[in-house]
Amino acid sequence: MLNTSDIMETINMIQNENLDVRTITMGISLLDCADSDIDKSCEKVYNKIYRLAKDLVKTGENIEKKYGIPIVNKRISVTPIAMLVAASGGDPVKYAKTLDKVAKAVGVNFIGGYSALVQKGFSAGDRELIESIPRALAETEFVCSSVNVGSTKAGINMDAVKLMGRVVRDAAELTKDRQCIGAAKLVVFCNAPEDNPFMAGAFHGPGEPDCVLNVGVSGPGVVRAVLAKMPKEAKLEEVADVIKKTAFKITRMGQLVGSEASAALGVPFGIIDLSLAPTPAIGDSVAHILEEIGIEQCGGPGTTAALAMLNDAVKKGGVMASSAVGGLSGAFIPVTEDAGMIDAARSGVLTIEKLEAMTAVCSVGLDMIVIPGDSSPETISAIIADEAAIGMVNSKTTAVRVIPAIGLKDSEELEFGGLLGSGPIMKVNTKSPAVMIERGGRIPAPLQSLKN
Amino acid sequence: MKAVITVIGKDMVGILARVSATCAESNANVIEVTQSVLQDYFAMIMIVEVDKMNCELDELKKRLADNVPDMIIHVMHEDIFNSMHRI
Repeated sequence: MLNTSDIMETINMIQNENLDVRTITMGISLLDCADSDIDKSCEKVYNKIYRLAKDLVKTGENIEKKYGIPIVNKRISVTPIAMLVAASGGDPVKYAKTLDKVAKAVGVNFIGGYSALVQKGFSAGDRELIESIPRALAETEFVCSSVNVGSTKAGINMDAVKLMGRVVRDAAELTKDRQCIGAAKLVVFCNAPEDNPFMAGAFHGPGEPDCVLNVGVSGPGVVRAVLAKMPKEAKLEEVADVIKKTAFKITRMGQLVGSEASAALGVPFGIIDLSLAPTPAIGDSVAHILEEIGIEQCGGPGTTAALAMLNDAVKKGGVMASSAVGGLSGAFIPVTEDAGMIDAARSGVLTIEKLEAMTAVCSVGLDMIVIPGDSSPETISAIIADEAAIGMVNSKTTAVRVIPAIGLKDSEELEFGGLLGSGPIMKVNTKSPAVMIERGGRIPAPLQSLKN
Repeated sequence: MKAVITVIGKDMVGILARVSATCAESNANVIEVTQSVLQDYFAMIMIVEVDKMNCELDELKKRLADNVPDMIIHVMHEDIFNSMHRI
């Protein structure tokens, strides 16, 4: 029997608290599309993606209508393209253009997987692909790119880190007349998950099935709203408990949508990614949750502890609600996509150093941070190395998505619009890490015992 | 299969009549209705059987919105409530 308050609660969540399913992402393996002729390979890629994903958007829309729940994004992730480049050779940007074309044809809003996994070293195709990323992102609209430069088991490939500093800068440089958008579609990972449905870091790992449907749920607004109703003197375990219960409900909705979509498309259901993904919309902010827990402004002392609790409670609630949880699963802290973070960054309360500490306790990393346009490639590399080290040592996923604001003055802001939001330029420490970055080589994998 | 219709807004004459008439027109069988009016605020939840309906759920929502303007109307499949609020 349905009861009135449950019904009204759900409707209120959707109507007033921005509850939505953030993304249904179809993962497609392209391993069987590899051909020694790059043009043939591209043709096979186009045909396979089109065949499997042509009904994805329509199916998503039908589910939205049936349940009255917004499914904000429909997306595709594919096998890291470096693997196809290894077989075909040729200019990797051809693949990017193929992906862009098929994304447009099936109507998805992003396609991820212009990627390379180089945590231990470069194999055939990897270097070519990485070098081509700035051009690929500048010449396409929907393609997203990611590179995994480290892992707990392999250590950090510092040659790749060095390369990525320049690639990030070039990606921004080539798109400087479009708010440096190239860099906003490029993520550098440590311990990248193979089943992540969220962009820009989604790719379809080589260990995944041929085709699979992953779902990313969201709902920072809902969590904030329930916390706002709690008395200020409620103990933290009670706060954690309320977050857990809310995460459970949100995830159950994602599970329903995911299983419905996978049945309709005839594709196995992969995982639910239990992330609190903020949007620039008022009330849909992770920073505001932290402030609701009792931090005056996000970035102040206590932020890391509050975030650690939030992140853990979301996972605990969500795990029981779903048959399979995976991806990144946690609270996202992308600065430009979160109204509360933008305010905190503008006022100077939130700094990159504090964000770095926050990434040690939450998914995912230094995300959507606008940095000065004159930041050197070495500095960007060193930021990547710091973040990868946190991920490597703590056996967690970390990532860097920084956007050098090429040609902008310190007081100016980048405006991406839509879900990517906008943000002020954050200060970066200018002491030079050049000698360390120039060394290159590899940081060995860390010891997994004697943990202190 | 059941769906939940909710209608919220300022109270006026004939809301229930118009909603039920629209359901009848769409061949949706009304199973249960709860309604309350607090001051001027009208809130109604109606559970309807939708198996034999002559249109899709979102079409029913459109018809309701046309017939009962100025109210906030949701038409949602019951599974969403069951999965969110039942273990």
